[in-house]
Amino acid sequence: MYKILDKSIIGADEMVLNMGPQHPSTHGVLRLKIITDGEIVSHIEPIIGYLHRCFEKHCENLSYEQIVPFTDRCDYLAAMHMGHAYSIAVEKLLDIELPQRVEYIRVIMSEFQRIASHLIAIGAFGLDVGAITPFTWTLRDRERILDLFEQVTGARLLYNYIWPGGLAHDLPPNFIRNSIDFLDYFEPQIIEYDNLLTTNKIFIERSADVGVMPKEVAINYGVTGPSLRGSGIPFDLRKNEPYSIYDKFDFDVPVGEGKMGTIGDSWDRYYVRVLEMKESIKILRQALSQIPDGDVQSAMPKKIRPKKGEVYSRYETARGDVGFYIRSDGKNIPTRLKMRSPAYCNLSVLNEISAGWMISDVITILGSLDIVLGEIDR
Amino acid sequence: MTSIVDYLLNLLSFIEIDTSLLLIFVILIPGIGLFLVMTVNAMVAVYMERKVSAFMQDRLGPMEVGLLGFKGGKKFWGGIGQTIADAIKLLTKEDIVPDNADKKLMLLAPFIIFIGAFVTFVAIPFSENLVVSDFNIGIFYIMAMSSVGVIGIILAGWSSNNKWSLYGAMRAAAQIISYEIPIGLSLLLVVIVAGSLNLGDIVQWQSNHRWFILHSPFTFIAFFIYFISVVAETNRTPFDIPEAESELVAGWMTEYSGFKWAIFFLSEYANMLIVSIVASIVFLGGWLSPLAILNIGIPEKWMFLDGPILGFFWLMIKAMFLIFVMMWFRWTFPRLRVDQLMYLCWKVFIPFALANLFFVSIWELIF
Repeated sequence: MYKILDKSIIGADEMVLNMGPQHPSTHGVLRLKIITDGEIVSHIEPIIGYLHRCFEKHCENLSYEQIVPFTDRCDYLAAMHMGHAYSIAVEKLLDIELPQRVEYIRVIMSEFQRIASHLIAIGAFGLDVGAITPFTWTLRDRERILDLFEQVTGARLLYNYIWPGGLAHDLPPNFIRNSIDFLDYFEPQIIEYDNLLTTNKIFIERSADVGVMPKEVAINYGVTGPSLRGSGIPFDLRKNEPYSIYDKFDFDVPVGEGKMGTIGDSWDRYYVRVLEMKESIKILRQALSQIPDGDVQSAMPKKIRPKKGEVYSRYETARGDVGFYIRSDGKNIPTRLKMRSPAYCNLSVLNEISAGWMISDVITILGSLDIVLGEIDR
Repeated sequence: MTSIVDYLLNLLSFIEIDTSLLLIFVILIPGIGLFLVMTVNAMVAVYMERKVSAFMQDRLGPMEVGLLGFKGGKKFWGGIGQTIADAIKLLTKEDIVPDNADKKLMLLAPFIIFIGAFVTFVAIPFSENLVVSDFNIGIFYIMAMSSVGVIGIILAGWSSNNKWSLYGAMRAAAQIISYEIPIGLSLLLVVIVAGSLNLGDIVQWQSNHRWFILHSPFTFIAFFIYFISVVAETNRTPFDIPEAESELVAGWMTEYSGFKWAIFFLSEYANMLIVSIVASIVFLGGWLSPLAILNIGIPEKWMFLDGPILGFFWLMIKAMFLIFVMMWFRWTFPRLRVDQLMYLCWKVFIPFALANLFFVSIWELIF
C-alpha cells in the first residue's frame, strides 16, 4: 500500500481517469471512475448499468417456464448455475420432490459449469496481470467442457437445460464415459497451470499481498463465494446449507491460507478457485459413479401455478451466493422476482480494498474478484 | 574492416562527377538496403512470433491457416497467410486522428521513433565487412541513437491527448531512461577488456581470445544484465508496462492506427533486432563460427565455416536465437508493476553492474 502525498506541500492535483465501459480488463461493460494521483489510486467508483436488461421486471410478465432462458443470460459464464438456482426456488414454492437421477444430473452439470467458470476466472486473471498463455490454455480446456454440454443440451453457452421440476431431456448415451475421459485428461492440467502461473515469481509478486480483504471487511460487504473463502472464511452453501444432494458427497471447502502473503490477498482468491476445481472433480467422480436410472421428467408439473406465498432460496454459484426471492399470488406468473447477485456485492468491496494501490493493482484486484456484468446489471 | 560506403566510394571513383553528388548516391544505396532489412525483419519476426505463440498456446490461426490452397497445420507455411493479411490490413486501414490531438506532433512521433531505429543500423556490422559505416566509437553511437526513440514515445503519448497514452508515455520514458544505465554499464565492461569501442575490434579480440560471455564470471553476469535490460528497453514482456494491454489499453499507441501504427511496429521489431545483434557481437562472438571459437578441434578443411558469408549467417543465427528467447519470455511471463520494474533496475541491476565493473577491472589486472 502506498502513501498518498500530502497535496498541500507540492500543490499537485488529482486526475479523474475513466476506465471503461470499453476497456480490455473490465470484464464486460463496467465503468470505473478512478481518482488517481499519478499511478496511485485514491478512490474508485464503479458505475454499472450498461448491461441492464430489466430481468426482474420482465419476470413479472412471464410465466415460470419462460423465465428459465432469462436466468441463463444473467450469469452467462455459469448459465447452468442460474437455471439450477431458479429451479430450486420454484420447486420450493411448489413443494416438489425430485427423482434422484434429476438431482444427480443437475449436480454433474453444475460442477462441470463450476470448473468451466473458474477456468475463465483464472485465465482472465492471468490476462489481467499480463500473462497471455494461461488464458489460451484454460479456454482450450473449457472448450472440452462446452463440448460435453453441447452433447447434452445442444448449446455451448446458454443451455436452458435445468427446468423447474426436472430437466429438458435425459443424458446422451456416451456422456458418462466422455465425462470420465475428460476428468482423466483435466486433472493433470491443473498441475500445468500451477507450473505456468500459480508459482511464477512475477505472478506472486503481482498478486500476493495485493488487495488484502480482511475477514471483517468481506463479511460487512456481503462478499460471498471464492472471494469470501479467499479471506479465510470456510463458508460454502453446498456445505453449510446443503441443497439438492450435496450432503451425499465428500468434498472439502478450500480457504485462503495466505501461503504467499497475507490471508485474503489476490493470490489467495485466485488459488481458492484452483483448489475448488479439484474439489469439483472429486464431486464429479462420485456423482458419475453413483448416478441412478430413472425418468428425468416424471416430477415435472404440467402447469406451474404455485399457491399464494413467497420463497427465498440460496444457491452457491461459481461467483458466490445467488438468492432468488419469488412471491406468488396463485397465478402462473410471479408477482415479484428478486435476484440477489453475488458479483454485485463482491464488486462493492472494490473501493475499500484497492484504494491506495496502483492502477495496475486495481486491474489485478478486479480480476481476482471475478465479476460478470450480466449478473450485476441483470 | 572496410565499410560499404568506403567500398562504394572506391568503386565509383572513376565517375567524373561532383563528390557531394556521388556521396548522396553512395549513401542512398545502403539506406534503401537498411530499410529493406528492417521491413523483412519485421515480417519475419511477426511470422516467427505468431508461430512461437501458436506452438506455446495452441493457437489455431497461426497454425492452421493455409495459403493459396495449401493446407496449414504444423508445417512452416501454416499461418503465413495471416502475416500477409496483417500487412495488407495495416496499410489499408483508416488513419484516425482524434479531434483534440496535436496533429503535427502526432504525425512527427512515429518518424522520430523510426529514425531512431534506422540510424542505429548504420553502425551495425552484419558481418566482417558488411557495415554501412565503420565508426571507431560504434558502441557509443549505437547507445546514443537507440535512446532517440524515447523522444518519439513521449511525443506520441503527449500529442494523442489521451490519458492512457500519457500514462504509457510517462512509464516508457522512466523505464527506457532507467534501463539505459545497466545496459551502458554492462557494455562498458566489454569495452574495458577489449580496449576499443569499435565493434569490429571487439569481435577481433574475441577471435584472438574467447567469447566475452565465457571470458570471466563477471562478463557472464554482464551478459544477463544486458539481455534482461534490453528486453525492458524494447518494451517487451515482462517489462511491457508502457503498452500494458490489460491496464492501459495500448499505452502510448492507443490513438494510433493504420500506417503510423505499422511504423511503430516496424521500429519495435527493428529495435529487437538491433539489441540482439549487439548482444551477439559483444558477448557471443559476433560473426565468428561457434565451431571455431569453442575450440572443439575442427579440421582445417571445415574452417570455411568462419568465412565472410557464413559470418552473416552465424550472426543472424545468434541474433534470431536471442529474439526467440524474447518471444519465449513474452508468452510465458506475466507483467511486472511499475515500481517493481524500477526496483529491479535501480536496486538490483545497477549495483550489480557497478560491482561487475569494479571486479572485472581487478580481474584484468591479475590475469
